[in-house]
Amino acid sequence: MKAIERVLNARDKDRPKITEYVENLFTDFFEQKGDFLGKEDASIYGGIALFHGRPVTVLGHRKGRTAEENMACNFGMPGPEGYRKAMRIMKQAEKFNRPIITFVDTPGAYPGLEAEMYGQAQAIAGNLAAMSTLKVPVITIVTGEGSSGGALGIAVANKVYMLENAIYSVLSPEGFASILWHDSARRDEAAEVMKLTAEDLYDFGVIDGIINEDSDIYSAIDKQISFALRELDKKSAEQLQKDRYDKFRYFDEEYLQQSVEKRMEVV
Amino acid sequence: MINVVDQRKSKFNRYKDLRENSNELLEPAIKPAKEYGVWDRIADVADEGSFKAFEFDFPETNPLEFQGYVEKKQELREEENCHDAIVAGQCEIGGYKTVLAVMNKKFMMASMGMELGEIVCKSAEYAMENKLPFIIFTASGGARMQEGILSLMQMAKTSAVIQKFKDEGGLYITVLTHPTTGGVSASFATLGDITLAEPKALIGFAGPRVIEQTIGEKLPEGFQRAEFLEEHGFVDAIVERDEMKKVLTKLLKLHS
Repeated sequence: MKAIERVLNARDKDRPKITEYVENLFTDFFEQKGDFLGKEDASIYGGIALFHGRPVTVLGHRKGRTAEENMACNFGMPGPEGYRKAMRIMKQAEKFNRPIITFVDTPGAYPGLEAEMYGQAQAIAGNLAAMSTLKVPVITIVTGEGSSGGALGIAVANKVYMLENAIYSVLSPEGFASILWHDSARRDEAAEVMKLTAEDLYDFGVIDGIINEDSDIYSAIDKQISFALRELDKKSAEQLQKDRYDKFRYFDEEYLQQSVEKRMEVV
Repeated sequence: MINVVDQRKSKFNRYKDLRENSNELLEPAIKPAKEYGVWDRIADVADEGSFKAFEFDFPETNPLEFQGYVEKKQELREEENCHDAIVAGQCEIGGYKTVLAVMNKKFMMASMGMELGEIVCKSAEYAMENKLPFIIFTASGGARMQEGILSLMQMAKTSAVIQKFKDEGGLYITVLTHPTTGGVSASFATLGDITLAEPKALIGFAGPRVIEQTIGEKLPEGFQRAEFLEEHGFVDAIVERDEMKKVLTKLLKLHS
Protein backbone atom coordinates (compact mmCIF):
# COMPACT_ATOMS: atom_id res chain seq x y z
CA MET A 1 0.00 0.00 0.00
CA LYS A 2 1.26 3.47 -0.87
CA ALA A 3 2.06 5.79 2.04
CA ILE A 4 -0.56 8.30 0.92
CA GLU A 5 -3.25 5.60 1.14
CA ARG A 6 -2.26 5.08 4.76
CA VAL A 7 -2.54 8.81 5.30
CA LEU A 8 -6.05 8.83 3.85
CA ASN A 9 -7.00 5.76 5.86
CA ALA A 10 -5.71 7.38 9.03
CA ARG A 11 -7.84 10.43 8.34
CA ASP A 12 -10.95 8.47 7.33
CA LYS A 13 -13.98 9.99 9.01
CA ASP A 14 -15.42 6.55 9.68
CA ARG A 15 -12.49 5.35 11.77
CA PRO A 16 -13.35 4.77 15.43
CA LYS A 17 -13.02 7.84 17.62
CA ILE A 18 -11.70 8.17 21.16
CA THR A 19 -15.23 7.96 22.58
CA GLU A 20 -15.69 4.59 20.89
CA TYR A 21 -12.37 3.25 22.10
CA VAL A 22 -13.26 4.28 25.62
CA GLU A 23 -16.71 2.74 25.35
CA ASN A 24 -15.51 -0.56 23.91
CA LEU A 25 -12.35 -1.12 25.92
CA PHE A 26 -13.26 0.19 29.37
CA THR A 27 -16.15 0.24 31.82
CA ASP A 28 -17.36 2.73 34.42
CA PHE A 29 -15.81 5.71 32.62
CA PHE A 30 -15.89 8.97 34.53
CA GLU A 31 -15.01 11.93 32.33
CA GLN A 32 -12.81 14.65 33.81
CA LYS A 33 -13.01 18.08 32.25
CA GLY A 34 -10.99 21.25 32.62
CA ASP A 35 -7.38 22.27 33.16
CA PHE A 36 -8.34 23.84 36.51
CA LEU A 37 -6.48 26.95 35.42
CA GLY A 38 -9.40 28.61 33.74
CA LYS A 39 -10.38 26.59 30.69
CA GLU A 40 -11.91 23.41 29.34
CA ASP A 41 -10.74 21.99 26.02
CA ALA A 42 -13.02 19.38 24.46
CA SER A 43 -10.32 18.31 22.00
CA ILE A 44 -8.78 16.27 24.80
CA TYR A 45 -11.15 13.66 26.21
CA GLY A 46 -10.19 11.76 29.32
CA GLY A 47 -10.95 10.46 32.74
CA ILE A 48 -10.91 7.41 34.97
CA ALA A 49 -12.22 4.00 33.94
CA LEU A 50 -11.84 0.32 34.61
CA PHE A 51 -9.80 -1.90 32.31
CA HIS A 52 -10.74 -5.51 33.06
CA GLY A 53 -11.85 -4.33 36.47
CA ARG A 54 -8.70 -2.32 37.18
CA PRO A 55 -8.69 1.49 37.55
CA VAL A 56 -6.78 3.30 34.82
CA THR A 57 -6.57 6.85 33.53
CA VAL A 58 -7.47 7.07 29.88
CA LEU A 59 -7.24 10.09 27.59
CA GLY A 60 -6.80 11.06 24.00
CA HIS A 61 -7.46 13.52 21.22
CA ARG A 62 -11.09 13.95 20.36
CA LYS A 63 -12.03 14.87 16.80
CA GLY A 64 -15.76 14.30 17.04
CA ARG A 65 -17.91 12.60 14.44
CA THR A 66 -20.63 15.02 13.38
CA ALA A 67 -19.91 18.50 11.99
CA GLU A 68 -21.19 19.94 15.22
CA GLU A 69 -18.90 17.74 17.31
CA ASN A 70 -15.98 18.54 15.02
CA MET A 71 -16.47 22.22 15.72
CA ALA A 72 -16.90 21.68 19.45
CA CYS A 73 -13.63 19.74 19.73
CA ASN A 74 -11.78 21.85 17.20
CA PHE A 75 -11.18 18.80 14.97
CA GLY A 76 -8.94 17.25 17.59
CA MET A 77 -6.47 20.13 17.71
CA PRO A 78 -5.82 21.00 21.36
CA GLY A 79 -4.86 24.34 22.74
CA PRO A 80 -2.59 24.72 25.77
CA GLU A 81 -5.54 24.09 28.08
CA GLY A 82 -5.98 20.66 26.49
CA TYR A 83 -2.38 19.71 27.24
CA ARG A 84 -2.66 21.09 30.76
CA LYS A 85 -5.85 19.12 31.33
CA ALA A 86 -4.10 15.98 30.09
CA MET A 87 -1.23 16.65 32.49
CA ARG A 88 -3.58 17.31 35.37
CA ILE A 89 -5.27 13.94 35.02
CA MET A 90 -1.98 12.13 34.37
CA LYS A 91 -0.46 13.56 37.58
CA GLN A 92 -3.59 12.38 39.36
CA ALA A 93 -3.16 8.92 37.89
CA GLU A 94 0.37 8.89 39.30
CA LYS A 95 -0.92 9.83 42.74
CA PHE A 96 -3.43 6.97 42.75
CA ASN A 97 -1.02 4.58 41.07
CA ARG A 98 -3.17 4.05 38.00
CA PRO A 99 -1.66 3.11 34.66
CA ILE A 100 -2.18 5.72 31.94
CA ILE A 101 -3.43 4.82 28.49
CA THR A 102 -3.42 7.52 25.81
CA PHE A 103 -4.95 7.48 22.34
CA VAL A 104 -3.39 9.71 19.69
CA ASP A 105 -5.40 11.09 16.77
CA THR A 106 -4.69 14.71 15.87
CA PRO A 107 -3.75 16.83 12.87
CA GLY A 108 -1.57 18.76 15.34
CA ALA A 109 -1.79 21.30 18.14
CA TYR A 110 -4.03 24.22 17.22
CA PRO A 111 -2.17 27.06 15.48
CA GLY A 112 -4.41 29.83 16.77
CA LEU A 113 -4.17 33.25 18.31
CA GLU A 114 -5.39 32.33 21.78
CA ALA A 115 -3.38 29.12 21.79
CA GLU A 116 -0.23 31.17 21.34
CA MET A 117 -1.35 33.79 23.84
CA TYR A 118 -1.81 31.20 26.56
CA GLY A 119 1.42 29.35 25.92
CA GLN A 120 0.98 26.48 23.47
CA ALA A 121 4.74 25.91 23.35
CA GLN A 122 5.11 25.93 27.14
CA ALA A 123 2.15 23.60 27.59
CA ILE A 124 3.54 20.99 25.19
CA ALA A 125 7.10 21.29 26.53
CA GLY A 126 5.73 20.94 30.06
CA ASN A 127 3.96 17.72 29.13
CA LEU A 128 7.02 16.23 27.47
CA ALA A 129 9.13 16.99 30.54
CA ALA A 130 6.54 15.86 33.07
CA MET A 131 5.55 12.69 31.24
CA SER A 132 9.18 11.61 31.25
CA THR A 133 9.09 11.52 35.05
CA LEU A 134 5.76 9.69 35.64
CA LYS A 135 6.05 6.77 38.04
CA VAL A 136 3.23 4.67 36.60
CA PRO A 137 3.00 2.64 33.38
CA VAL A 138 2.18 4.79 30.36
CA ILE A 139 0.90 3.17 27.15
CA THR A 140 0.18 5.10 23.97
CA ILE A 141 -1.77 3.90 20.97
CA VAL A 142 -1.66 5.98 17.80
CA THR A 143 -5.07 5.25 16.30
CA GLY A 144 -5.30 7.75 13.46
CA GLU A 145 -3.21 10.81 12.68
CA GLY A 146 -0.23 11.32 14.95
CA SER A 147 0.94 14.67 13.77
CA SER A 148 3.74 16.77 15.23
CA GLY A 149 4.25 18.05 18.76
CA GLY A 150 0.49 18.00 19.14
CA ALA A 151 0.61 14.20 19.09
CA LEU A 152 3.82 13.81 21.07
CA GLY A 153 2.40 16.00 23.85
CA ILE A 154 0.48 12.98 25.17
CA ALA A 155 2.72 10.24 23.80
CA VAL A 156 5.84 10.04 25.99
CA ALA A 157 5.04 6.46 26.96
CA ASN A 158 6.75 3.27 28.09
CA LYS A 159 5.12 1.48 25.19
CA VAL A 160 3.98 3.11 21.98
CA TYR A 161 1.86 1.12 19.52
CA MET A 162 0.27 2.04 16.23
CA LEU A 163 -2.77 0.68 14.45
CA GLU A 164 -1.65 -0.56 11.06
CA ASN A 165 -3.47 2.25 9.26
CA ALA A 166 -2.33 5.00 11.59
CA ILE A 167 0.42 7.47 10.73
CA TYR A 168 2.90 9.26 12.99
CA SER A 169 5.00 12.11 11.70
CA VAL A 170 6.77 15.37 12.40
CA LEU A 171 4.19 17.27 10.34
CA SER A 172 1.40 16.57 7.85
CA PRO A 173 2.65 15.54 4.39
CA GLU A 174 1.06 18.74 3.05
CA GLY A 175 3.05 20.83 5.52
CA PHE A 176 6.23 18.90 4.81
CA ALA A 177 5.86 19.44 1.04
CA SER A 178 5.09 23.08 1.60
CA ILE A 179 8.14 23.69 3.79
CA LEU A 180 10.71 21.69 1.85
CA TRP A 181 9.46 22.04 -1.71
CA HIS A 182 7.21 25.11 -1.41
CA ASP A 183 4.44 23.06 -2.97
CA SER A 184 1.80 21.47 -0.76
CA ALA A 185 0.36 19.71 -3.83
CA ARG A 186 3.29 17.29 -3.66
CA ARG A 187 1.82 15.67 -0.55
CA ASP A 188 1.69 12.12 -2.02
CA GLU A 189 5.39 12.26 -2.69
CA ALA A 190 6.00 13.78 0.75
CA ALA A 191 4.05 10.97 2.43
CA GLU A 192 6.37 8.48 0.74
CA VAL A 193 9.59 10.33 1.63
CA MET A 194 8.60 11.02 5.25
CA LYS A 195 8.41 7.36 6.34
CA LEU A 196 5.33 7.83 8.45
CA THR A 197 3.59 4.45 8.30
CA ALA A 198 3.48 1.99 11.19
CA GLU A 199 5.99 -0.26 9.40
CA ASP A 200 8.40 2.65 8.90
CA LEU A 201 8.17 3.70 12.53
CA TYR A 202 8.62 0.18 13.72
CA ASP A 203 11.78 -0.09 11.62
CA PHE A 204 13.02 3.15 13.17
CA GLY A 205 12.39 1.73 16.63
CA VAL A 206 10.07 4.62 17.44
CA ILE A 207 7.16 2.28 18.17
CA ASP A 208 7.03 -1.04 19.99
CA GLY A 209 4.46 -2.84 17.89
CA ILE A 210 1.82 -2.68 15.20
CA ILE A 211 -1.78 -3.57 15.90
CA ASN A 212 -3.44 -5.45 13.09
CA GLU A 213 -6.79 -4.13 11.89
CA ASP A 214 -7.95 -7.22 10.00
CA SER A 215 -10.33 -8.53 12.60
CA ASP A 216 -12.00 -6.95 15.63
CA ILE A 217 -9.99 -3.83 16.29
CA TYR A 218 -11.12 -3.47 19.92
CA SER A 219 -10.14 -6.97 20.88
CA ALA A 220 -6.74 -6.50 19.17
CA ILE A 221 -6.13 -3.30 21.16
CA ASP A 222 -7.39 -4.96 24.33
CA LYS A 223 -4.88 -7.76 23.87
CA GLN A 224 -2.04 -5.34 23.22
CA ILE A 225 -2.79 -3.24 26.31
CA SER A 226 -3.10 -6.38 28.47
CA PHE A 227 0.18 -7.67 27.09
CA ALA A 228 1.96 -4.39 27.82
CA LEU A 229 0.50 -4.09 31.30
CA ARG A 230 1.62 -7.62 32.20
CA GLU A 231 5.19 -6.61 31.39
CA LEU A 232 5.05 -3.14 32.96
CA ASP A 233 3.37 -4.36 36.16
CA LYS A 234 6.55 -6.25 37.03
CA LYS A 235 8.55 -3.03 37.19
CA SER A 236 9.03 -0.70 40.13
CA ALA A 237 7.99 2.95 39.89
CA GLU A 238 11.65 3.98 39.52
CA GLN A 239 12.24 1.38 36.83
CA LEU A 240 9.21 2.54 34.85
CA GLN A 241 10.48 6.08 34.97
CA LYS A 242 14.00 5.06 34.04
CA ASP A 243 12.86 2.84 31.17
CA ARG A 244 10.77 5.63 29.70
CA TYR A 245 13.63 8.09 30.09
CA ASP A 246 16.06 5.73 28.39
CA LYS A 247 13.61 4.96 25.61
CA PHE A 248 13.47 8.61 24.57
CA ARG A 249 17.04 9.52 25.53
CA TYR A 250 18.50 7.31 22.86
CA PHE A 251 16.94 8.61 19.68
CA ASP A 252 20.34 9.09 18.15
CA GLU A 253 22.38 7.40 15.47
CA GLU A 254 23.32 4.53 17.75
CA TYR A 255 19.68 3.93 18.54
CA LEU A 256 18.88 3.83 14.85
CA GLN A 257 21.46 1.20 14.15
CA GLN A 258 20.28 -0.94 17.02
CA SER A 259 16.67 -0.63 16.04
CA VAL A 260 17.39 -2.55 12.88
CA GLU A 261 17.87 -5.63 15.02
CA LYS A 262 14.69 -4.91 16.86
CA ARG A 263 12.35 -6.91 18.96
CA MET A 264 8.87 -7.62 17.68
CA GLU A 265 6.02 -7.88 20.10
CA VAL A 266 3.47 -9.98 18.35
CA VAL A 267 -0.15 -9.58 19.31
CA MET B 1 32.12 11.31 25.93
CA ILE B 2 32.78 14.91 25.17
CA ASN B 3 36.18 16.32 24.41
CA VAL B 4 36.64 19.81 25.65
CA VAL B 5 38.97 21.68 23.35
CA ASP B 6 40.32 25.14 23.15
CA GLN B 7 38.59 26.72 20.23
CA ARG B 8 39.82 30.28 20.20
CA LYS B 9 40.34 29.90 16.53
CA SER B 10 40.53 32.57 13.92
CA LYS B 11 36.78 32.87 13.57
CA PHE B 12 36.28 33.47 17.21
CA ASN B 13 38.42 36.58 17.03
CA ARG B 14 37.47 37.65 13.55
CA TYR B 15 33.84 38.19 14.43
CA LYS B 16 34.64 40.22 17.47
CA ASP B 17 35.10 43.38 15.44
CA LEU B 18 31.58 43.22 14.09
CA ARG B 19 30.04 43.55 17.49
CA GLU B 20 30.08 47.31 17.43
CA ASN B 21 27.32 47.35 14.84
CA SER B 22 25.07 44.94 16.68
CA ASN B 23 22.56 47.50 17.92
CA GLU B 24 21.10 48.21 14.54
CA LEU B 25 20.18 44.53 14.30
CA LEU B 26 17.56 44.68 16.96
CA GLU B 27 14.75 44.99 14.46
CA PRO B 28 14.47 41.31 13.65
CA ALA B 29 11.28 41.51 11.61
CA ILE B 30 13.06 43.66 9.09
CA LYS B 31 16.63 42.49 9.47
CA PRO B 32 17.15 38.93 10.57
CA ALA B 33 20.24 39.59 12.69
CA LYS B 34 22.49 37.95 10.16
CA GLU B 35 25.64 39.75 11.06
CA TYR B 36 25.47 38.87 14.73
CA GLY B 37 26.65 35.28 14.74
CA VAL B 38 27.21 32.55 17.27
CA TRP B 39 30.80 33.51 17.92
CA ASP B 40 29.88 37.15 18.46
CA ARG B 41 27.39 36.02 21.04
CA ILE B 42 29.96 33.89 22.79
CA ALA B 43 32.49 36.72 22.70
CA ASP B 44 29.89 39.03 24.20
CA VAL B 45 28.83 36.90 27.14
CA ALA B 46 31.79 34.65 27.96
CA ASP B 47 34.79 36.04 29.82
CA GLU B 48 37.58 36.65 27.39
CA GLY B 49 39.43 33.51 26.45
CA SER B 50 37.40 31.29 28.76
CA PHE B 51 35.21 29.49 26.21
CA LYS B 52 36.21 25.92 25.45
CA ALA B 53 33.98 24.24 22.88
CA PHE B 54 32.76 20.67 23.23
CA GLU B 55 33.76 18.51 20.34
CA PHE B 56 31.57 15.68 19.20
CA ASP B 57 32.19 12.80 16.91
CA PHE B 58 28.87 11.83 15.39
CA PRO B 59 28.36 9.55 12.44
CA GLU B 60 26.58 11.14 9.48
CA THR B 61 22.81 11.08 9.90
CA ASN B 62 20.22 10.94 7.16
CA PRO B 63 17.37 8.71 8.35
CA LEU B 64 15.00 9.54 5.49
CA GLU B 65 17.84 9.36 2.96
CA PHE B 66 16.70 12.82 2.01
CA GLN B 67 18.29 14.03 -1.19
CA GLY B 68 21.03 16.60 -0.77
CA TYR B 69 20.73 16.69 3.01
CA VAL B 70 24.17 15.31 3.85
CA GLU B 71 25.87 17.57 1.31
CA LYS B 72 24.04 20.58 2.68
CA LYS B 73 25.18 19.80 6.21
CA GLN B 74 28.78 19.22 5.19
CA GLU B 75 28.86 22.53 3.38
CA LEU B 76 27.42 24.39 6.35
CA ARG B 77 29.78 22.74 8.80
CA GLU B 78 32.66 24.21 6.86
CA GLU B 79 31.08 27.61 6.54
CA GLU B 80 29.81 27.93 10.06
CA ASN B 81 32.58 26.15 11.92
CA CYS B 82 30.19 24.00 13.93
CA HIS B 83 28.86 20.42 13.93
CA ASP B 84 25.25 21.30 13.49
CA ALA B 85 23.15 24.34 14.27
CA ILE B 86 24.62 24.78 17.72
CA VAL B 87 27.90 25.53 19.44
CA ALA B 88 28.27 24.30 23.01
CA GLY B 89 31.05 24.46 25.51
CA GLN B 90 32.22 25.47 28.92
CA CYS B 91 33.13 28.98 29.89
CA GLU B 92 33.13 31.57 32.62
CA ILE B 93 30.68 34.43 32.78
CA GLY B 94 31.61 37.16 35.23
CA GLY B 95 33.96 34.67 36.81
CA TYR B 96 31.27 31.99 37.25
CA LYS B 97 31.81 28.69 35.53
CA THR B 98 28.96 27.49 33.32
CA VAL B 99 28.02 25.38 30.34
CA LEU B 100 26.97 27.61 27.46
CA ALA B 101 25.25 26.67 24.20
CA VAL B 102 24.29 28.99 21.37
CA MET B 103 22.10 27.98 18.48
CA ASN B 104 23.09 29.04 14.99
CA LYS B 105 20.20 29.95 12.72
CA LYS B 106 22.50 30.27 9.75
CA PHE B 107 22.68 26.48 9.85
CA MET B 108 19.36 25.36 8.33
CA MET B 109 17.42 27.81 10.50
CA ALA B 110 18.78 25.98 13.55
CA SER B 111 16.16 23.30 13.05
CA MET B 112 16.44 20.38 15.46
CA GLY B 113 17.55 17.00 14.21
CA MET B 114 19.27 14.14 15.97
CA GLU B 115 22.63 15.82 16.16
CA LEU B 116 21.36 19.07 17.60
CA GLY B 117 19.17 17.19 20.07
CA GLU B 118 22.14 15.09 21.10
CA ILE B 119 24.36 18.15 21.63
CA VAL B 120 21.73 19.78 23.85
CA CYS B 121 21.44 16.55 25.86
CA LYS B 122 25.18 15.96 26.14
CA SER B 123 25.70 19.56 27.24
CA ALA B 124 23.06 19.20 29.95
CA GLU B 125 24.61 15.91 31.05
CA TYR B 126 28.04 17.48 31.17
CA ALA B 127 26.61 20.26 33.33
CA MET B 128 24.96 17.64 35.53
CA GLU B 129 28.16 15.68 36.03
CA ASN B 130 30.23 18.75 36.72
CA LYS B 131 27.57 20.50 38.80
CA LEU B 132 27.51 23.53 36.53
CA PRO B 133 24.65 25.73 35.39
CA PHE B 134 23.48 25.39 31.79
CA ILE B 135 22.72 28.49 29.75
CA ILE B 136 21.32 28.17 26.26
CA PHE B 137 20.60 30.86 23.67
CA THR B 138 17.82 29.48 21.52
CA ALA B 139 16.88 30.32 17.95
CA SER B 140 15.12 27.89 15.70
CA GLY B 141 12.61 27.40 12.94
CA GLY B 142 11.51 24.16 14.65
CA ALA B 143 11.96 20.50 13.87
CA ARG B 144 14.41 19.41 11.14
CA MET B 145 11.95 18.20 8.51
CA GLN B 146 14.67 16.26 6.68
CA GLU B 147 14.88 13.84 9.62
CA GLY B 148 11.16 13.13 9.80
CA ILE B 149 9.83 11.42 12.91
CA LEU B 150 13.29 11.28 14.47
CA SER B 151 13.40 15.05 14.63
CA LEU B 152 10.07 14.94 16.49
CA MET B 153 11.54 12.47 18.96
CA GLN B 154 14.26 14.99 19.82
CA MET B 155 11.58 17.09 21.51
CA ALA B 156 10.82 14.33 23.98
CA LYS B 157 14.50 13.48 24.36
CA THR B 158 15.74 16.98 25.13
CA SER B 159 12.78 17.70 27.44
CA ALA B 160 13.42 14.54 29.43
CA VAL B 161 17.13 15.28 29.85
CA ILE B 162 16.53 18.92 30.80
CA GLN B 163 13.90 17.85 33.33
CA LYS B 164 16.35 15.41 34.89
CA PHE B 165 19.05 18.08 35.03
CA LYS B 166 16.63 20.44 36.79
CA ASP B 167 15.36 17.73 39.15
CA GLU B 168 18.93 17.10 40.23
CA GLY B 169 19.27 20.72 41.22
CA GLY B 170 20.86 22.14 38.09
CA LEU B 171 20.24 25.74 37.13
CA TYR B 172 18.88 25.99 33.59
CA ILE B 173 18.66 29.42 31.96
CA THR B 174 17.23 29.89 28.50
CA VAL B 175 17.59 33.05 26.46
CA LEU B 176 15.02 33.12 23.67
CA THR B 177 16.35 34.95 20.65
CA HIS B 178 14.79 35.68 17.29
CA PRO B 179 13.11 33.45 16.20
CA THR B 180 12.39 30.59 18.60
CA THR B 181 9.51 28.55 17.22
CA GLY B 182 8.07 25.09 16.57
CA GLY B 183 9.59 21.97 18.06
CA VAL B 184 12.32 23.89 19.85
CA SER B 185 9.95 26.35 21.52
CA ALA B 186 7.75 23.38 22.50
CA SER B 187 10.63 21.55 24.18
CA PHE B 188 13.88 22.64 25.81
CA ALA B 189 13.54 26.37 24.98
CA THR B 190 10.59 26.92 27.29
CA LEU B 191 11.67 24.72 30.20
CA GLY B 192 14.06 27.20 31.83
CA ASP B 193 14.24 27.81 35.56
CA ILE B 194 14.85 31.33 34.34
CA THR B 195 13.59 32.40 30.92
CA LEU B 196 15.03 35.51 29.33
CA ALA B 197 14.22 36.91 25.91
CA GLU B 198 15.76 39.44 23.58
CA PRO B 199 13.67 42.48 22.64
CA LYS B 200 11.29 41.91 19.73
CA ALA B 201 12.30 38.27 19.30
CA LEU B 202 9.60 36.19 17.67
CA ILE B 203 8.68 33.36 20.04
CA GLY B 204 5.87 30.91 19.54
CA PHE B 205 4.78 27.41 18.64
CA ALA B 206 3.11 27.97 15.28
CA GLY B 207 4.58 30.36 12.74
CA PRO B 208 2.65 33.61 12.17
CA ARG B 209 1.84 32.72 8.57
CA VAL B 210 0.32 29.40 9.55
CA ILE B 211 -1.80 31.11 12.19
CA GLU B 212 -2.98 33.77 9.74
CA GLN B 213 -3.95 31.07 7.26
CA THR B 214 -5.79 29.13 9.96
CA ILE B 215 -7.80 31.96 11.45
CA GLY B 216 -8.15 33.86 8.17
CA GLU B 217 -7.16 37.23 9.51
CA LYS B 218 -4.12 39.40 10.04
CA LEU B 219 -2.34 39.07 13.34
CA PRO B 220 -2.20 42.08 15.63
CA GLU B 221 1.06 44.01 15.72
CA GLY B 222 3.60 42.66 18.18
CA PHE B 223 1.93 39.25 18.28
CA GLN B 224 4.34 36.50 19.44
CA ARG B 225 7.08 39.03 20.13
CA ALA B 226 9.07 38.87 23.36
CA GLU B 227 7.08 41.80 24.78
CA PHE B 228 3.84 39.94 24.07
CA LEU B 229 5.13 36.90 25.94
CA GLU B 230 6.22 39.05 28.83
CA GLU B 231 2.77 40.59 28.99
CA HIS B 232 1.17 37.14 29.03
CA GLY B 233 3.48 35.83 31.69
CA PHE B 234 5.86 33.53 29.85
CA VAL B 235 9.26 35.22 30.30
CA ASP B 236 11.03 36.39 33.42
CA ALA B 237 12.67 39.34 31.75
CA ILE B 238 13.48 40.93 28.43
CA VAL B 239 17.15 41.74 28.26
CA GLU B 240 18.94 43.98 25.79
CA ARG B 241 22.00 42.54 24.14
CA ASP B 242 24.27 45.09 25.86
CA GLU B 243 22.95 44.05 29.25
CA MET B 244 23.03 40.31 28.67
CA LYS B 245 26.34 39.54 30.29
CA LYS B 246 25.53 41.66 33.32
CA VAL B 247 22.18 39.96 33.84
CA LEU B 248 23.59 36.45 33.35
CA THR B 249 26.39 37.22 35.81
CA LYS B 250 23.86 38.41 38.34
CA LEU B 251 21.75 35.27 37.91
CA LEU B 252 24.78 33.03 38.28
CA LYS B 253 25.76 34.96 41.38
CA LEU B 254 22.26 34.57 42.83
CA HIS B 255 22.52 30.81 42.41
CA SER B 256 26.11 30.34 43.48
